[in-house]
Amino acid sequence: MSLLINIDASLSCWLLYTAVSWAWGIRLTLIKMNERKTINLEQGRDFMQKGITKLKNILEGLPEPQFSSEEYMMLYTTIYNMCTQKPPHDYSQQLYDKYRESFQEYITSTVLPSLREKHDEFMLRELVKRWSNHKVMVRWLSRFFYYLDRYFITHRSLPPLNEVGLACFRDLVYTEVNGKVRDAVISLIDQEREGEQIDRALLKNVLDIFVEIGMGQMECYENDFELSMLKDTAAYYSRKASNWILEVSCPDYMLKKVQNELLSVYATQLLEKEHSGCYALLRDDKVVDLSRMYRLFSKIPQGLEPISSMFKQHVTAEGTTLVKQADDAASNKKAEKRDVAGLQEQALKEAFEIFCNKGVAGSSSAELLATFCDNILKKGGSEKLSDEAIEDTLEKVVKLLAYISDKDLFAEFYRKKLARRLLFDESANDEHERSILTKLKQQCGGQFTSKMEGMVTDLALAKENQSHFEEYLSNNSNVSPGIDLTVTVLTTGFWPSYKSFDLNLPAEMVKCVEVFREFYQTKTKHRKLTWIYSLGTCNINGKFEPKTVELIVTTYQASTLLLFNLSDRLSYQEIMSQLNLSDDDVIRLLHSLSCARYKILIKEPNTKTISPTDTFEFNSKFTDKMRRIKIPLPPVDEKKKVIEDVDKDRRYAIDASIVRIMKSRKVLGYQQLVMECVEQLGRMFRPDVKAIKKRIEDLITRDYLERDKDNPNVFRYLA
Amino acid sequence: MDLFRSASGKAATKELERIDQLFYSYSNESSGMIDPEGIEHLCSDLEVAHTDVRILMLAWKMQAEKQGYFTLEEWRKGLKALRADTIIKLKKALPELENEVCRPSNYVEFYSYAFRYCLTEEKQKSIDIESICELLELVLGSQFPQQVDLFIQYLKTQIDYKVINMDQWMGFYRFCNEISFPDFNNYDEELAWPLILDNFVDWVKSKQI
Repeated sequence: MSLLINIDASLSCWLLYTAVSWAWGIRLTLIKMNERKTINLEQGRDFMQKGITKLKNILEGLPEPQFSSEEYMMLYTTIYNMCTQKPPHDYSQQLYDKYRESFQEYITSTVLPSLREKHDEFMLRELVKRWSNHKVMVRWLSRFFYYLDRYFITHRSLPPLNEVGLACFRDLVYTEVNGKVRDAVISLIDQEREGEQIDRALLKNVLDIFVEIGMGQMECYENDFELSMLKDTAAYYSRKASNWILEVSCPDYMLKKVQNELLSVYATQLLEKEHSGCYALLRDDKVVDLSRMYRLFSKIPQGLEPISSMFKQHVTAEGTTLVKQADDAASNKKAEKRDVAGLQEQALKEAFEIFCNKGVAGSSSAELLATFCDNILKKGGSEKLSDEAIEDTLEKVVKLLAYISDKDLFAEFYRKKLARRLLFDESANDEHERSILTKLKQQCGGQFTSKMEGMVTDLALAKENQSHFEEYLSNNSNVSPGIDLTVTVLTTGFWPSYKSFDLNLPAEMVKCVEVFREFYQTKTKHRKLTWIYSLGTCNINGKFEPKTVELIVTTYQASTLLLFNLSDRLSYQEIMSQLNLSDDDVIRLLHSLSCARYKILIKEPNTKTISPTDTFEFNSKFTDKMRRIKIPLPPVDEKKKVIEDVDKDRRYAIDASIVRIMKSRKVLGYQQLVMECVEQLGRMFRPDVKAIKKRIEDLITRDYLERDKDNPNVFRYLA
Repeated sequence: MDLFRSASGKAATKELERIDQLFYSYSNESSGMIDPEGIEHLCSDLEVAHTDVRILMLAWKMQAEKQGYFTLEEWRKGLKALRADTIIKLKKALPELENEVCRPSNYVEFYSYAFRYCLTEEKQKSIDIESICELLELVLGSQFPQQVDLFIQYLKTQIDYKVINMDQWMGFYRFCNEISFPDFNNYDEELAWPLILDNFVDWVKSKQI
């Protein structure tokens, strides 16, 4: 888009020039009014047309010199003259029409045909380019025809030039293509859901068009795009039969896609509401935090209303109490300004915390925050943002974490997603990964980040280990497995727990495992290796009839496909028993290979879902224009497991905390015990009082504690 | 004085002898203890159902350790305290035993004894829900019939707890004594009541709606 830049740079010069020449224009007119020759309509139109054509050529990238200052002046002055001539030669109306017609003509003759002949992603790119060009054209023509804006349009209360120009695009282009565009966008999104990488910057630009076309109203975006997007999302995920994802993907998607300007519009509206409803407790820095929070979450449908009303209620209630307190204090002459201010801040902090920790659309804020980080840090996420912008965002995220009570939940989700990024090479920038860990460490302590740091270090060590392995192989060529093998050895304690299934590996891979095992024995005898096949990838060659295509698949998928080396046709049951996997896994696998974008296997019957009575056959006729394709396997729903793991860890943490407290105090009242427990654990999570009670009961049964004989609300430590 | 002492001494010995004899009339020859079968005979002689709470009270008086069995020592201890050396005397002593147990100072002890008596396995700390329901009915059913009924209902419908421990057991007794029924107005779940009682109160309140 270097063309754009040239024009824009010159545009700013012309602006200055226009202002100056406009001043001159007046004087010239005053002096030369009588001497001016009348321009008739034909002449004028022809002259303007030359200028318009020149502009179009520049936009089309044809070899055309830039506008000289004289040319610009002449065009501008022609318009001026034609508008100020005495009737019947004042041609304002005709010029206004000409302005509109120029766009219409250009769009119908050039823009629309170029869009019609392209499809899918290419069409989207063309649209983005054409819209950019159109905006430039509007800017330039408006400058030429500027004089109309000053008097004619205001006198007749007509739409200004800018609006007319943009409306042309909307009426001619947008109305025609928006359906196709929407479908192309949704298909891109679906591709990403299937695990492929897509051009997110393109998507953002396209969505910007939807928003800008609305010209300040969100109708176009909401009606034309959002509705279908939501419908498609619903359809897509209900096919996957996971209801909870439906609620998450909207905010998840919104987080990725929404613009800053857009958000701040909403944020301002809401904040203003809040200002009117709130007791005046809001301090400046808190407002910044609040607006940050709103910015993150405001695009979630219906997510914000309950939150804001509850927030309002709480703050109002707190405020009222404080006012009364302040009143009382004042009347007792004990009021200290500092105390009241402290109380105010406390109340606001509490209100903000409550707000932060309300779950949104089925996901906790801890999870949403972790997902947000993942989006920034992974490839295709925010590569268009500058390093400073990313650093800034990460800084804000870490600050926000202070208000989230389930920090341990955030840590676990973050860890899971970090693992995926590291193992599947989806991390955009190592520096940023390390940077956010440093920030988290500063905020939450070394223990919080120790595992994550371990993970990042593990990968570096694994690379070293791999090069030793390769050395070993070259020194012992007789044990070579015949396949290129890369092994990443991870330290169990650092990484999230992965279930390792007893996948029946194909013979070729079994040999690989053996060879590596032997090599590892030479390095160290004290460690146990557990193979996690669910995280591996394979490159295999599919020798299809049209041509050989290299397939990048997971180990599970590869094992499935290699079964077809021995049989042409296999049933679901046969596949399951040969692989030794669960139904859930087998269904996911077979779906990715026979019902998704690339049909490597032919399924009978040809339905869209896998059933245990299906049979599969190698699709020898498969082909693709690429020589190498990646067949994604959508990951399993981790959310439930993460929550389970975190709950378990919390039970242990509460136990340990209670025992620690009781050991040092020996005798303690129940309420006091609960309070100290909550405080001790507060750094990581907010323990549920009922959970604490349950753990106390358990500890009584295990003879760590007993109830005092005289006072049932007091506990004693049993040594 | 000698005569007097020897007379009471002789009487005491005679009493002990009769107590022992009574024991042997029910006990199992090989084990040397009164076993469940023996207890059944005892019950029919006393004209009391063997599931009657008074047998439990008798066991308490004996401080019997193992459910369903009485040792000679335990038997001696219990019957001596009751001053019963024949079946008829024992039968006559039962109403007074009941009174004794129901005295507030004794009742808590009896109540906790009842729980321990049901811990049949070594190292067992809790009792399954079904047995607890029976025990509750037996021990508290006459004193707090409504609370017991409601609590048993709750225990049978809830799924969080499969067993009850001593703390929860004792908590329920305290609950019946302290908390107003059926409104539970003075129940405060912020206090150290066992969680199961918090849940019980919630459950009752939700039913009332």
